[in-house]
Amino acid sequence: MVDLSVDIAGLKLKNPIMPASGTFSEELAEIFDLERLGAHVTKTITRGWRDGNPTPRVCEVGGSMLNSIGIPSKGVGAFLEKVVPFYRRYETPLVVSISGNTADEFATLCSEVSVEGVAAIEVNISCPNIEEDGKAFAIRPSSTYDVMRRLRAATDLPLWAKLTPNTGETPEVARAAEEGGADALVVANTILSMAIDIRSRRPKLGNLMGGLSGPSLKPIALRMAYQCARATGIPVIGCGGISTVEDVIEYLIAGATAVQVGTATFIHPTAMIAIIDGLEAWLADEGLAGVRDLIGTVIDGEQDEAVVFMEAAP
Amino acid sequence: MMGVREKIMPVQQEISFKAFEMGLAVKSNDPVNGEYRKLVLDAPAGLLARCRAGQFFHLLCPQSGGETPYLRRPMSIYGFYPQSGELHFLYKVTGAGTRALAALSSGERLNVLGPLGVPFTIADHWQDLVLVARGVGLATLAPLALEAQRLGRRLTAICSARHPDYLMSTGYFADLGADVITLTDAEGTSDPDNLERVIEGLVAAGRADAFYTCGSNRMLRLLQTIGARHGIPGQIALEQQMACGIGMCHCCVRPFNRGDKQVHLRVCREGPVFDMMEAIAW
Ligand SMILES: Cc1cc2nc3c(=O)[nH]c(=O)nc-3n(C[C@H](O)[C@H](O)[C@H](O)COP(=O)(O)OP(=O)(O)OC[C@H]3O[C@@H](n4cnc5c(N)ncnc54)[C@H](O)[C@@H]3O)c2cc1C
Ligand SMILES: Cc1cc2nc3c(=O)[nH]c(=O)nc-3n(C[C@H](O)[C@H](O)[C@H](O)COP(=O)(O)O)c2cc1C
Ligand code: FES
Repeated sequence: MVDLSVDIAGLKLKNPIMPASGTFSEELAEIFDLERLGAHVTKTITRGWRDGNPTPRVCEVGGSMLNSIGIPSKGVGAFLEKVVPFYRRYETPLVVSISGNTADEFATLCSEVSVEGVAAIEVNISCPNIEEDGKAFAIRPSSTYDVMRRLRAATDLPLWAKLTPNTGETPEVARAAEEGGADALVVANTILSMAIDIRSRRPKLGNLMGGLSGPSLKPIALRMAYQCARATGIPVIGCGGISTVEDVIEYLIAGATAVQVGTATFIHPTAMIAIIDGLEAWLADEGLAGVRDLIGTVIDGEQDEAVVFMEAAP
Repeated sequence: MMGVREKIMPVQQEISFKAFEMGLAVKSNDPVNGEYRKLVLDAPAGLLARCRAGQFFHLLCPQSGGETPYLRRPMSIYGFYPQSGELHFLYKVTGAGTRALAALSSGERLNVLGPLGVPFTIADHWQDLVLVARGVGLATLAPLALEAQRLGRRLTAICSARHPDYLMSTGYFADLGADVITLTDAEGTSDPDNLERVIEGLVAAGRADAFYTCGSNRMLRLLQTIGARHGIPGQIALEQQMACGIGMCHCCVRPFNRGDKQVHLRVCREGPVFDMMEAIAW
């Protein structure tokens, strides 16, 4: 028997595979047993009602996709009434993703969702901070630290900070999140991108730009997961472009303790189940006792900090 | 690539599985005319028993012949036949995904996800149904004729196309006992005024308790006008770009009028079949 379980800052997961926010919902229960997953992660919500962006909201780009869904949200009341109770039937821990455009709104929501049945809160700090210049909190270490401090004060639940690739300061932002009180880092969200239809000369997304996800994102998010694991002492949850068990193993070796699977579920709704089964088989074949024997085992030699944390083309 | 699951998974407690991801063998995949092809898949009876007219499957088009479709492509169920174990699709080749579909040959497997979405409904007091279809919209509306026959309702199928050569399924509808009316651009019979005359004729003859249509903006406006004029309800199947196909991503929303509000509903989940009067022309 291989041991698939992992520990994320005191929260025990039966396996390291969970969905990425926005690519998972109650509807998936109509396709497989959600109890198989390591955790359940809900779509980001905001406090109030929001409509989301104009359509088209998705397009494909060379074996990956762009989305500009935005964060349509029914608000916190509807979420607590309908969504949280749905997941109570499962033993699998529920992780709730939240967002806010101001630190105040964010912190209020954070305490409002700290209810029974919620095991951890994922804070999507990749959203714009409208009190500053509209740039996402997680683009700069200072705004990351400030908002994390506010969120930390608002809840006793574990806080997972979800970082963005749209920064040139990954290790600094990761450390700022840790210092601000994050218990774990989710690395990463989508990277800002664009696609244009050459015939109509119109952007392919109604919102002009959107986030890249899927296989093309993997090398970028993997690099960030590695840097974050090296830069901080808190667990890293890898996310970006995972579609096979090999992708998961690569993230674990890079230093991730667990992973999130997003776009792959759109292609194969049962992708996470195949990955969990595949991971167990792979570890057994390798004669490893468990996932923990794999985490952070990358052989990177005695690299200079400047090399590990570089963010310019080498 | 992920392994393809070919078995239906066991039912979990409380929530039953409604849609399945499986690899189905291609029985045939032949051109119907210059524009459309019919794909016939070998499907297990358990899957076919769950299919309803108006629902769709989300197809994982193969990456072959230089085509690299990534997301799945939604396709209406054109026919489902539990006796012969067949699932039919009628599709128009338009881009990378449908070109890849067209390249499938018998014996190859296609990964499908479904059945998905809300089907058409036929209310008990709707005795005379009118189906108005243009182009590939026929694919979506065809299984409704089968359901109408099963329930013993009378059906008029108004089929519109660019050219008589592109009229499909007229024989299919006739075989199911439907009255078939054909209108074509080439013959100059498909314009809105003529269509309106034809439908008003059916209304006057007491042959229109409900309308069923899909796809076309022009037809939606016309049917909404006629429906409002005579208080005749209807249903419309709509399209929108999709990613997940099962309600998770919220990319497939469209606006609808509900009461005095405008709401956004997911075509894959609250649809693809919607109340015709709530739909908003685009
Ligand atoms: C519920 C539903 C049922 C459908 N049933 C049928 C059917 O029975 N027969 C048929 O021929 N077509 C049907 N369509 C349209 C069909 O999905 C598109 O023609 C197909 O996705 C085109 O893919 P492509 O790669 O060939 O074209 P491309 O234009 O290269 O596609 C690019 C992207 O746009 C999306 N897209 C393009 N056109 C449409 C469209 N009309 N609707 C939704 N997404 C689109 C594609 O899925 C893909 O993601 C249906 C659409 C929906 C939403
Ligand atoms: C359609 C879609 C919606 C998403 N919505 C959210 C969201 O609400 N909150 C969030 O933190 N990330 C969201 N994401 C980002 C994913 O959680 C994930 O970080 C990203 O897609 C990279 O992983 P992947 O390549 O496995 O998809 C969304 C991604 C997609 C494709
Ligand atoms: S396609 Fe994802 S919600 Fe409809």
